[in-house]
Amino acid sequence: MISEHIQTAAYLFASILFILSLGGLSSQESAKRGVIYGIVGMVIAILATVLGGDVHGIVYIIIAIAIASVIGIIVARKVEMTAMPQLIAILHSFVGLAAVLVGFGSYIDPDSQALEGVEKNIHLVEVFAGVFIGAITLTGSVIAWGKLDGKIMSRPLLYPGRHTVNIALVIISIVLGVFFVKAPGTEGMIYLIIMTVIALYIGVMLVMAIGGADMPVVISMLNSYSGWAAAAAGFMLGNDLLIVTGALVGSSGAILSIIMCEAMNRSFWSVIFGGFGNAPTASGSQEIEGEVTSISHEETAELLKDAKSIVIVPGYGMAVAKAQYPLFELVELMRKEGKTVRFAIHPVAGRLPGHMNVLLAEAKVPYDIVLEMDEINDELSETDVVMVIGANDVVNPGALDDESSPIYGMPVIRAWDAEKVIVMKRSMATGYSGVENPLFYKPNTDMLYGDAKDSVNKILTRLRS
Amino acid sequence: MIVGIPVELNPEEPRVAATPKTVKRLQKQGFEVRIQKGAGTKANFSDKEFEEAGAAIVPTAKEIYSSSDIVLKVQQPTEAEVSEMKEGLVLLSYLWPAQNPDLLQKLADKKVNAIAMDAIPRISRAQKMDVRSSMANIDGYRAVIEAAFHFGRFLNGQITAAGKVEPAKVLVVGAGVAGLASIGTANSLGAIVRAFDTRKEVAEQIESMGAEFLTVDIDEDGSTSSGYSKEMSEEFIKAEMELFLEQAKEVDIIITTALIPGREAPKLILDYHVEAMKPGSVIVDLAAPNGGNCVLTKPGEIYTTDNGVTIVGKLDQLPNQASQLYGNNLCHLLDDMGKAENFKINMEDDVVSRAMVTYNGEINWPPAPLPVSPQKPKPVVKELTEEEIKAAEAEKIRKTTVSMFIRLAIIGALLFLIGQFAPADFMQHLTVFVLAVFVGWQVIWNVTHALHTPLMAVTNAISGIIIVGGLLQITDDITSPISILAFFAILVASINIVGGFFVTRRMLNMFKK
Repeated sequence: MISEHIQTAAYLFASILFILSLGGLSSQESAKRGVIYGIVGMVIAILATVLGGDVHGIVYIIIAIAIASVIGIIVARKVEMTAMPQLIAILHSFVGLAAVLVGFGSYIDPDSQALEGVEKNIHLVEVFAGVFIGAITLTGSVIAWGKLDGKIMSRPLLYPGRHTVNIALVIISIVLGVFFVKAPGTEGMIYLIIMTVIALYIGVMLVMAIGGADMPVVISMLNSYSGWAAAAAGFMLGNDLLIVTGALVGSSGAILSIIMCEAMNRSFWSVIFGGFGNAPTASGSQEIEGEVTSISHEETAELLKDAKSIVIVPGYGMAVAKAQYPLFELVELMRKEGKTVRFAIHPVAGRLPGHMNVLLAEAKVPYDIVLEMDEINDELSETDVVMVIGANDVVNPGALDDESSPIYGMPVIRAWDAEKVIVMKRSMATGYSGVENPLFYKPNTDMLYGDAKDSVNKILTRLRS
Repeated sequence: MIVGIPVELNPEEPRVAATPKTVKRLQKQGFEVRIQKGAGTKANFSDKEFEEAGAAIVPTAKEIYSSSDIVLKVQQPTEAEVSEMKEGLVLLSYLWPAQNPDLLQKLADKKVNAIAMDAIPRISRAQKMDVRSSMANIDGYRAVIEAAFHFGRFLNGQITAAGKVEPAKVLVVGAGVAGLASIGTANSLGAIVRAFDTRKEVAEQIESMGAEFLTVDIDEDGSTSSGYSKEMSEEFIKAEMELFLEQAKEVDIIITTALIPGREAPKLILDYHVEAMKPGSVIVDLAAPNGGNCVLTKPGEIYTTDNGVTIVGKLDQLPNQASQLYGNNLCHLLDDMGKAENFKINMEDDVVSRAMVTYNGEINWPPAPLPVSPQKPKPVVKELTEEEIKAAEAEKIRKTTVSMFIRLAIIGALLFLIGQFAPADFMQHLTVFVLAVFVGWQVIWNVTHALHTPLMAVTNAISGIIIVGGLLQITDDITSPISILAFFAILVASINIVGGFFVTRRMLNMFKK
């Protein structure tokens, strides 16, 4: 058993380790160390809590942790990198669930029943708020998981007046909160339960209204919510470690959301309140001049043979086709011949912030040839060939010069600056945003139709022969 | 449908309107191809090659003109040729409609539907059939080769055991397709290249090809919406002439490519410029067929002036290469017109309607104007003086400071309000919370974009810290409601911790340099 002071010191140390852990992610080299900090911090935190006296049911704790560890390891080992967004989403929902459970537990905890006056009121508000955020996170994440996993259609579900309904639900929840705080003993339970149901519903509707390609924002947002839920739990338990950690995670998610919003040129507030994903129908877009020309695998291979510098722009289509493995072989082959081959990653490519980087890393693409949009945009004019694989809106020139385009103002990779652009695509269908892509009509752009993996493999065979 | 290719009668014309490769392509488009005997000889394509490619060899031009539906030519037809053409024939050829009204009349009288390849509008969709671009590209290349041949020295600088060689200096006047091709070629041969153009917008293109952009100190832009340049003011021309004189003393080779559509080529290199040049220097005048950019140019001749400057007024056109590109341009146009199966003269089409100079017995020239390189109207930006910029900045800073103060005042008031009612304990937690948000804010901005997915996984793991809540709540009596709730809270939070850290490690191990 350790004293309360020692426990506080241990919590402080764990907080520092968590901060260092996140700070470590500033570069690939320090990132692995960062994870060790995080693990050590977590172990210290749990040990300090358990050894802090006042903890009972050690046996059950061990049983729960043991079961969870087995599940956690199996899931983490088995998950495919393309399925990473789903895993992240479902893990968010666990935090939400835990926050709801802890909230309910805290309400019926005899210790907190003993509180009086202002302290009691504040505690009850904390419980109420914690459960509210937790419940939204829980169902929101489950829906996000379903959409990412293809279990729920990814088309946004919109109904008229949903904003009014959502606002009404929030107001009802606040009213319920007032009754809840005023109710003596545990009589407020009924209000808490009704509010939980409402919050669960809000969570569902919030994410149902959002379409597939906006998922990076949603996931970051839910990441943020899960942090705030943990922080709220910290307030109700009077535990600073939980508050610090929750705040760290909360701001982390918020920053990611901001980055994603900037990358898509959407306002942060419209994201927080959901429903920003109303897929805009192409309206009054500029007449596109030019025509679409296609290219064969042989010609593509010839083009690559002659090119000196090549930039590859991957998108979600690459992930779907799992084309990153043959792509890596292609890249290696070309690099061996002395060509400069690099990847250009748009911040919102894929379904998760940084999704493309992880997929390429999985295929063993060295990270120093994987560049961000801003790093490579100015060099594209000196590039011979740009290969766009399964990306569409992130290379749409309309975002820069067509004010009527729904994606106008979104920063994009200026693929068309290169000598030649090859777009690998399954068909001429529009991208997620439903906008025609004038890139395809540019005279220096050729379309290579077909499954991305298949196409890359065919080019690879040609290049080898 | 039958496509026919006659022999070019002009003795100066070595090109042919089809090559074995384009013959194959025409057949793929569904056309039957007939070619006159010996049509490709001057361009180094033998009849045998054409035959192997699938074309039928026809002995006389007369047969070509009477049996074909479409005739492909390079040079404008002579009167005799026109008289042999059948009614309704589609002719694809250079026609120079502005200079040849009589020819147009004769073609119209014969009811020949003639497409002037030199009148294809210069819009992006029509680039693939723009023969002026494809030929200008060849001219630009050949101009440098010609200049290098007449110039008695290396173009590139070298330091050899036998001594140092200075690189040649090349001035290119006019940075259209031909000018840019010259810049690129001269640059790759190692020369120091400078280029002049009245259109400011081409500066970037010039620099991208590896030349220095020369300009005069007068703010006048020669760009027009047609993509060609306009005639400049007197003041500008004076400054331009001074610049050329300065350059003439220095450079070894001048290549001129300046054209203003529908007019004689502008005279840019005057006699005193030529006089100022060093003996052994070379001028290649690509505008020679239109009168030349240099006053001393003799179109169709190569000669050396008294002060030893060679002026090249005729150019070999690389007939083999040129025929191939010209033939491709023609194929693209036929592609656009619906190939053999759906062949149609669509007068609604921007390209066909403008290049079709005679149609159904009528002369269709000049066409409706069409702005070419689509340019946006330049926004009028008011030049701000330095003081105004400074004032604007100061104003901006002042505004941000004010709004910041207002925000901080509101936050302060709110905190004060909370402090009034909330117990000390809560205030302490709030302090920790707010500071942690700020720390998180600072730390996370440093995270590299590439690691955003691992960041989410690791934040997932550490938000599993909510396990502490469960640990504090669980009791020895597992059947009590609070213990059941706490047990599940611990369970799911632990999955997060273990799964989150594990998967993060797995991801990070994949990142390799």
